[in-house]
Amino acid sequence: MSAVTGKAWVFGDEINSDVMAPGIYFKESVEVMASHCLEAVDPDFASNVQPGDIVVAGRAFGVGSAREQAALSFAHMKVGAILAKSYARIFYRNMLNFGVPALVFPEADEISAKDEVTVDAIAGTVENKTTGKSYSVSPIPEHLMEMISMGGLMPYLKKKIDAGELKTGAMPK
Amino acid sequence: MGETLIQKIMARASGKESVTPGEIVTCAVDLAMILDSGGPRKIWPRLEQLGVGVYDNEKVVVVADHFVPAADPQSAAILKLTRDFVKKFDIKHFYDMEGICHVLMAENGHLQPGMFCCGGDSHSTMGGAFGCYMAGFGAIEMSGVVVTGNIWSVVPETIKVDWSGTFGDGVAAKDIMLFLARELGMENAFKVVEYGGPTIREMSMMERMVLTNMAAELGAETGLIAPDEITLEAIRAGGTEPSEYALDWRSDDDATFCAEHSFDADTLAPQVAAPHKPSNSAPAEDYEKDQIHVDQAYIGACVGAKLTDLHMVASVLKGKQVKSGTRLMVAPSSKKIMTEAAADGTLATITEAGGMILPSGCGACAGLGAGIIADGEVCISSTNRNFQGRMGSNESLVYLGSPYTVAAAAVAGHIVDPRELLS
Repeated sequence: MSAVTGKAWVFGDEINSDVMAPGIYFKESVEVMASHCLEAVDPDFASNVQPGDIVVAGRAFGVGSAREQAALSFAHMKVGAILAKSYARIFYRNMLNFGVPALVFPEADEISAKDEVTVDAIAGTVENKTTGKSYSVSPIPEHLMEMISMGGLMPYLKKKIDAGELKTGAMPK
Repeated sequence: MGETLIQKIMARASGKESVTPGEIVTCAVDLAMILDSGGPRKIWPRLEQLGVGVYDNEKVVVVADHFVPAADPQSAAILKLTRDFVKKFDIKHFYDMEGICHVLMAENGHLQPGMFCCGGDSHSTMGGAFGCYMAGFGAIEMSGVVVTGNIWSVVPETIKVDWSGTFGDGVAAKDIMLFLARELGMENAFKVVEYGGPTIREMSMMERMVLTNMAAELGAETGLIAPDEITLEAIRAGGTEPSEYALDWRSDDDATFCAEHSFDADTLAPQVAAPHKPSNSAPAEDYEKDQIHVDQAYIGACVGAKLTDLHMVASVLKGKQVKSGTRLMVAPSSKKIMTEAAADGTLATITEAGGMILPSGCGACAGLGAGIIADGEVCISSTNRNFQGRMGSNESLVYLGSPYTVAAAAVAGHIVDPRELLS
């Protein structure tokens, strides 16, 4: 996992997982689900976000439901990283399990919409190229580093199972 | 030094003598509950991809509750896939349209003090009322649990919340949680909220489960209540004998808590949370001056349509009628509750007052089933969340209240303090 550079999309405090993945689209495909991501708070986001863009947010980002679609939508859009002042627990875990770096970033207020931002989740650095300011952040927790660098939980499990390092049940005939 | 209940639970689950808050541990999962919404339809393709089965077909419990009964072809296909999964993987515990998962775990003796349980729904915290760890995880993480039977956790610190005193008429456990959401906020991630004090000890399990359910609204890892005789009675009622040392699962008297709060139930008034978050709450009487018209009053979900909740509704509705221009819908939390409420006359009281009974399931609470609302409509609901668009349209408004408060709004046609209708 190398550094990513993208345009910043900025959101406020307590952005919940219902607005990231509205329940009324639950039965739809990930493509349809993602096309409605955050539409209640920023109707332009889902249709204009580009791969590598950086999502910046305030406190308790992702608060609420366990729905993986909230995190999966960001992964599907290939968001490069998330920088939030703090995270809701389940959303944070989901984000990392989908291999998207989610970093705690107390200085979120110093990034404006459309700023060009570079994030290196391994080194723990954030650079706002628009303002010229650099920040150091806590990197991904060490016990999760291997999983994230492999692209998330599924590739990680695949490798461990193939290497015979995990005991699990057999697929029935 | 003393240990908190969550430290003791995580020490056992991780096979350690003791653990300390902040420590990262790998816990063995005693029960993995997955649902039609984020369960088999998400997990089965991942099992295929990995070429493995479930870690234990006794410990993986499947519940179909989100898309029941099927109202469109997609729901029907999801439910069929769920049933096929249960057959394919020989799942021993499957609840198909029996009610909402969290209530079913309690009704059927699945939970014991000290257990370590994971559920694929954020309100899995409800199980903590039994003195066990039960918390919510996304389908991606539950996929890992179903494969390995293990999960990593950071041992949480504990916020202790004690209540003393007695509820006045028309006040319920739900009012405690709408009050606490305002007092403690929704940002208590990776912390456990442990409830105690004389008020909690007097509560039935159904009321206690309101407190642990809505620990999710505090953003907490989970909610916990140390077991007592009331807990053991509920386990027996579910057909399971409590474990020998069940009552030992409690925080030590000299345990360290990261915060301690004490509140008084005597002075607690009915609370209402305004759109669009549960922490946006105030006493119900504060809303009366605005005469907020209610299009729909909804009694439902895991948290808000248990037998005790339906009794609260009936106590308000008895001898009254739902106001013209307002509709009341009631979706009991489980089939067992529906049956009991039919037998004791509660359902008749509701329908005679003009209420409509809906099937047991997650339904309109999460914008999934019958009872969703349109642009510009106002709903007051006994459910646990009122985020924008939660119950349907992004342009609708959802207020949260206790079953008393929701029933009172159905009768008045606008938001009122329910105590006015009980006297």
